[in-house]
Amino acid sequence: MPATREDRAFGIVVYAVLGIVSLIVLYPLYYVLIASFSEPLKIMNGEIWLWPKGFTIDSYAKILDNDAILRGFLNTVLYTVAGTALNLTMTVLAAYPLSRSDFVGRNLFMGLMVFTMFFGGGLIPSYLLIKNLGLLDTFWVMILPGAVSIWNIIIMRTYFQQSIPPEIQEAAVIDGCSSFGTLLRVVLPLSMPILAVTVLFYAVGHWNAFFNALLYLSDRPKFPLQLILREILIQGQTDDMVRASTESAIKARQAVEGIKYAVLIVANIPMLLLYPFLQRYFVKGILVGAIKG
Amino acid sequence: MANLQQQAGAMPASPLGPPPAPSAPPAALAASASPPAPPAALAASASPPAPPAALATSASPPGPPPAPPATGGASAPQRLMRPRRPLAHAGGGSPLGRRIARNWQLYVMIAPVIAYYLVFHYAPMYGIQIAFKDFRINKGIWDSPWAGFKHFERFFDSYFFERLLTNTLELGAYLLAVGFPIPILLALLLNEAGSERFKKFVQTVTYAPHFLSTVVVVGMLMIFLNPRYGLVNTMLVSLGGESVNFMADPAWFKTLYVLSDVWQTMGWSSIIYLAALGGIDPALHEAARVDGASRLRRIWHINLPGIRPTILILLILNVGSIMSIGFEKVLLMQNNLNLASSDIIDTYVYRSGILDANYSFSAAIGLFSAVINFILLVTVNSIARRAGGSSLW
Repeated sequence: MPATREDRAFGIVVYAVLGIVSLIVLYPLYYVLIASFSEPLKIMNGEIWLWPKGFTIDSYAKILDNDAILRGFLNTVLYTVAGTALNLTMTVLAAYPLSRSDFVGRNLFMGLMVFTMFFGGGLIPSYLLIKNLGLLDTFWVMILPGAVSIWNIIIMRTYFQQSIPPEIQEAAVIDGCSSFGTLLRVVLPLSMPILAVTVLFYAVGHWNAFFNALLYLSDRPKFPLQLILREILIQGQTDDMVRASTESAIKARQAVEGIKYAVLIVANIPMLLLYPFLQRYFVKGILVGAIKG
Repeated sequence: MANLQQQAGAMPASPLGPPPAPSAPPAALAASASPPAPPAALAASASPPAPPAALATSASPPGPPPAPPATGGASAPQRLMRPRRPLAHAGGGSPLGRRIARNWQLYVMIAPVIAYYLVFHYAPMYGIQIAFKDFRINKGIWDSPWAGFKHFERFFDSYFFERLLTNTLELGAYLLAVGFPIPILLALLLNEAGSERFKKFVQTVTYAPHFLSTVVVVGMLMIFLNPRYGLVNTMLVSLGGESVNFMADPAWFKTLYVLSDVWQTMGWSSIIYLAALGGIDPALHEAARVDGASRLRRIWHINLPGIRPTILILLILNVGSIMSIGFEKVLLMQNNLNLASSDIIDTYVYRSGILDANYSFSAAIGLFSAVINFILLVTVNSIARRAGGSSLW
């Protein structure tokens, strides 16, 4: 059946609107990229639109010279790696027993965890707890309070239940495998896709997290990158980055503007590299949750 | 709604594979709205009043555990327990005790997780009592003297109360009014785009900001809106307008918050609707086309009703969490100049509690907000249920 004129017009509108939406989302990101490679003066004069002007990597060089940013970057890598490792372990340890229907009390345990999604102590009691535990300003405060997320437990448990043939587990048990053995030798090797999704979920969360650090850390050398970013981008504390140099006040002012763009790119390099995977696995993770939740 | 699976299975090289068959309860759908998002969203998959039962049934294929073996190979988990019977004789004691003893390793596994929940989630609940006490650090939570409702009264009487409540509700309502429909529209449009490659491109682009941190998004907002050097203001000036100091203007705060939020999340939030749209029976569209329905009419009469349950569930969740807006982002966007419009309950709790160390007073405000939130969620849900629509539980 040939399309009517009305339908064809509608089709054009669809493409036009989607095109505009994409442009609105993409342009700010693209602008940050080209600005980071441009001469700061040209950015400030509003000369940059479509491509870098006065191409330079000065801004990046300044970042590499800056100890705070580098340390923040390394701290974040450390928190992300250690935190994700703990997250993954804890998630598996909870999800596997909960996936077994012969696990007496699983509804009780599940209820215990699920309840915390509706009600919690709130900011102040949590803060006092961390304080009383002596975790303030320690490495552990970045890892322990978010050691596991109920959402990921549910996704993984569902995967164990529905994608691992129970016959395989039975066979392992008959051959004398303990529960730990079954988990390590049978279930986990068959669960690589869901483990990958879980790792990505957690890792992105750690990389982007700033609030726990803001609450619990006051020792600057322990700051993750996001807190340093906050200082530079939002609070405008960039003095120490340029004061050391011999540049004039105006030049320093310009350098600061350039640094802001470059630091945005640097902070998101892992995200840029991982984006193809992130998109694919995250969408899948979301849909698994939706179907089987 | 079971058709969601087709969408997942149809994806190229799906590592998760198409799941067997259970149709998703509508609640489960909602849960997927945005994984790292509001706790309320998670709630969906669990149904609070009867959490254990709901969870068990929604997740496992047909048949409760004690179903007869006649179900054949259908039910996966329950099979685990059957062939073990001979072993059970060795154990002695009650059947329940034997089942627990046999699986002792499972309890060892889950122990650290339970310990984590007790320490980091339940221990703070014990601390809520300081809202009714005059907490002194040197006395500890238990020994601090009771104060009754003093802190609540002080908060309700305070000059801040009205401003905080208004700002919180206004921001939540604004975000709901603008941020809720846009992902639906985006999904409907994406569904209409004939070219797969174009669709993929738009999706890749619009999903991207989801992975940026709040700090990065607010940081970008600040540099683009910088009154002297920002892109937006240089554009305004070159068009003959005047530079606006957006971040310092209370009148702009909520709009900036909502628009940047839409920018960041619309693509990601559309995923769930897109999946629901993929599950609509193509035969319906065929029939409508034969009857001469235009594309617009088919969207209105087929697609929209098709995703109505999904929309309703997400609406419930969103209304229910209207008071718990992204507090981290508000905190980052807040400054002394826009405080009149940007101060919400959660940021006030942070300032007065953590920065000024008014622990009891702030804990009382936090508790007030948590209780309101909970009541909202329950109320909205019961309205939705009575209206004959979907409900979370």
